[in-house]
Amino acid sequence: MKLLKLVPDDTNIAFLKWRNIAVAISILMIIGSMALVAQRGLNFGVDFVGGQMIRTTFTQTTDAPITELREKVGALGYGDPTIQRFGEPNEVSIRMKLPDGADQDPELANTMADQITGMLRTDYPDVRIDGVDSVSGKVSEELLSKGVWSLVGAMLAITLYIWIRFEWQFGAGALFALFHDVALTFGFFALTQLEFNLNIVAALLTIIGYSLNDTIVVYDRIRENLKKYRKMDIIALLDLSVNETLARTVMTSLTMLIALIALMVWGPDVIFGFSAAMFLGVFIGTYSSVYMAAPILIWLKVGPDSFVPPETAGDKAEKIGGPEEVG
Amino acid sequence: MLDFPRWKVISISLLLAFGVLMSLPSLFFGESHKYWPTFLPDETINLGLDLSGGSHILLEADPADVGETRLQTMEESVRAEMRRANPRINIGDISRKDGVLSFMVRDSTQVDSAREALLPLTTGAGLTGQRDWDIEVRDDTRFVVSPTSAGLENAVDNAMDTATDVIRRRIDEMGTREPTIIRQGDTRIVVQVPGLEDPEALKELLGKTAKLEFKLVDFEADPNAVTEGRPPVGSQIFPYPDNPSGLPNIAVKRLGGISGDKLTDAGQGFNPDTNEPVVNITFDSEGGSRFARLTQNNVGRPFAIILDGVVLSAPNINEPILGGSAQISGNFTVEGANQLSIALRSGALPVELQVVEERTVGPDLGADSIRKGMIAAIIGTAAVLAFMVVTYGRFGFYANFALTLNLFLILGVMAIFNATLTLPGIAGFILTVGSAVDANVLINERIREERRRGRRVVQAVEVGYKEASRAIFDANITNVIAGLLLFIFGSGPVRGFAVVLIIGIVTSVFTAVVVTRMLVALWLRRTRPQELVI
Repeated sequence: MKLLKLVPDDTNIAFLKWRNIAVAISILMIIGSMALVAQRGLNFGVDFVGGQMIRTTFTQTTDAPITELREKVGALGYGDPTIQRFGEPNEVSIRMKLPDGADQDPELANTMADQITGMLRTDYPDVRIDGVDSVSGKVSEELLSKGVWSLVGAMLAITLYIWIRFEWQFGAGALFALFHDVALTFGFFALTQLEFNLNIVAALLTIIGYSLNDTIVVYDRIRENLKKYRKMDIIALLDLSVNETLARTVMTSLTMLIALIALMVWGPDVIFGFSAAMFLGVFIGTYSSVYMAAPILIWLKVGPDSFVPPETAGDKAEKIGGPEEVG
Repeated sequence: MLDFPRWKVISISLLLAFGVLMSLPSLFFGESHKYWPTFLPDETINLGLDLSGGSHILLEADPADVGETRLQTMEESVRAEMRRANPRINIGDISRKDGVLSFMVRDSTQVDSAREALLPLTTGAGLTGQRDWDIEVRDDTRFVVSPTSAGLENAVDNAMDTATDVIRRRIDEMGTREPTIIRQGDTRIVVQVPGLEDPEALKELLGKTAKLEFKLVDFEADPNAVTEGRPPVGSQIFPYPDNPSGLPNIAVKRLGGISGDKLTDAGQGFNPDTNEPVVNITFDSEGGSRFARLTQNNVGRPFAIILDGVVLSAPNINEPILGGSAQISGNFTVEGANQLSIALRSGALPVELQVVEERTVGPDLGADSIRKGMIAAIIGTAAVLAFMVVTYGRFGFYANFALTLNLFLILGVMAIFNATLTLPGIAGFILTVGSAVDANVLINERIREERRRGRRVVQAVEVGYKEASRAIFDANITNVIAGLLLFIFGSGPVRGFAVVLIIGIVTSVFTAVVVTRMLVALWLRRTRPQELVI
């Protein structure tokens, strides 16, 4: 049987040739993302700003009367609702900010939800209330700070781990690549105004994990090659390492994308944003391990001596693999 | 590489078989596995509320509320102690402000005996002998009683424990199945009720403190003063929304009442005369005799029935009520009377609880999510499996075998821990499929590479596994770090995702590295191939 080969053997693409341009573009994209977040803001879900989200399905009509809903809910006097389709055209979510003073008296929020669901039930007999999420201001603040801390904590813990397992330059490179991935994902959410909720924090952490996965595979090969080809120019060595791991990178990215496409197309609507973030993350993460994580090693002056003292002892202990000469 | 001892093969196979066995009950959702022979496991994965439908409610108590109640009790105890002292100690100018009780002893010669009398009130119950209150005397005669932080903490802790029990009783009374009620942190309680159709009724029930009091109406009070909220001496004022006289408030005697903690039973019934829904209550023997005394001494006068600080009704006592049971009327619907009796039966909450987070998912949406999640999981997995075979041939088969086992193992481990599968958990599941093959991709690509460099088959496989393992290890550790942080800081469904992710990482490394290595080694030993299609 002839097997599929997506990447030909012994590719020799000069990836690092474009590093200055790539890094410049990336920095511009990071700045652009930050500007987008600052200017348009993120479309925070009730998890992070508090408030209520009521999910409904109109069982008898194919299209939900969004404009009419906006007027009717607005007429209840709690301010303008955010009304969005999600999934089918007859499924909508109605999002409301917490009424004034709801932090002191949660009853107010309750009354608001009752009024909205009451209005829906009387005015649209075919409506089905699929879910109500109600988060008070205090809880949402906690969720937001916990989300931020889990992101920051994960990035630092991972950096620390890589620093210990490799060298400090590698830790710095990984941290920079992670920052790039997270910033761009934020930018994506500011651009699309997809709802940013707790699930997205989960997606972000998974992107971090995935991007790291990629970076580590490349780093591992760089470390190996640094020991093997002690005289090689660092740029050539990085190119070699990226090329050697290219087939794996493409394969793994593809299997991830296949799984994520299945989630986006056939999966439940509620996690569409999550899958979309991950989908984007696979691209960003793969890109950043080549163009963010690797070039930094050049600038931070990683060389063949970086691994010498501790690793030579390890090499001698390894009997089976052994150092090899390549002809 | 070829040397794969029999004991390893056997133990790995046994471990895999065990994992698959543990996953089986969860694959038969519903009750069918209950009919299995008893030696088979019956632990299953729990379905999260976002999949099964139901309500998640987070309740929070205000510690200041506990402090206030405690201070109120303290004031009553102080009054009682001072009255009981011999000779009686006259006090005045009592105030409760900023969480501190202060009062004056009128006769300065009695300060020492007052302090003596108060001392027993300040130490906490239990063996620790910690002080619950500090007493301070200012300007010779002013006593200031303030709670110690340890005492307050302890009180809040006890109140939350009692509240958790009360809530459990109330929800059990509603007849809902398998509710989860857990204390969370210092002041919160999580209530999860699967399959609940009407979360409003639940919130209504949990929001009621259900503190019931019977107090005599101060019928001599000046109606104007009462309307303005100025209580006569020895009385206090409560709102009375259904007052037949039309006044918004009513004055009742501060002392001599009975509280609802003396109840043994409560049930919904009808008033035989008017046919209105009422709540029938039964007192315990102490409450019954006190109630009998109260009614005997006050025939012809009204007494107020007060629930959570609001007067429900204030009927006249027509005749002494001696049997220990009474009737609460108060403009009820049948449902309202029923709810009140549930709340009364299960006891009063020691602290007011407020809903700070609610997540309800309708059963239709839950079922829809399961269906879509399953479809996505099947399609995604099938596509990845096909892709692996097309790319790596025999080694792809081995990887797929490992991946399939991995899916069973994740379910099995989750079942052992009785973990909860949520919607993001399904996403985590699919993601594991996508990334679990990464280890095999790394290994297989490395074997290809080593073959290209001219290594012999067995050696190429050997080096492939060895060299790839380092990267696999590092990569998965970092993922576990991300997963752990997700678990620590995450809440609800996100935690479910983290659990699946972490379990998936551990089992996938085992299956993708150890199990495939075993399969490859057995195959190499049997056939000793000279060529490798990979």
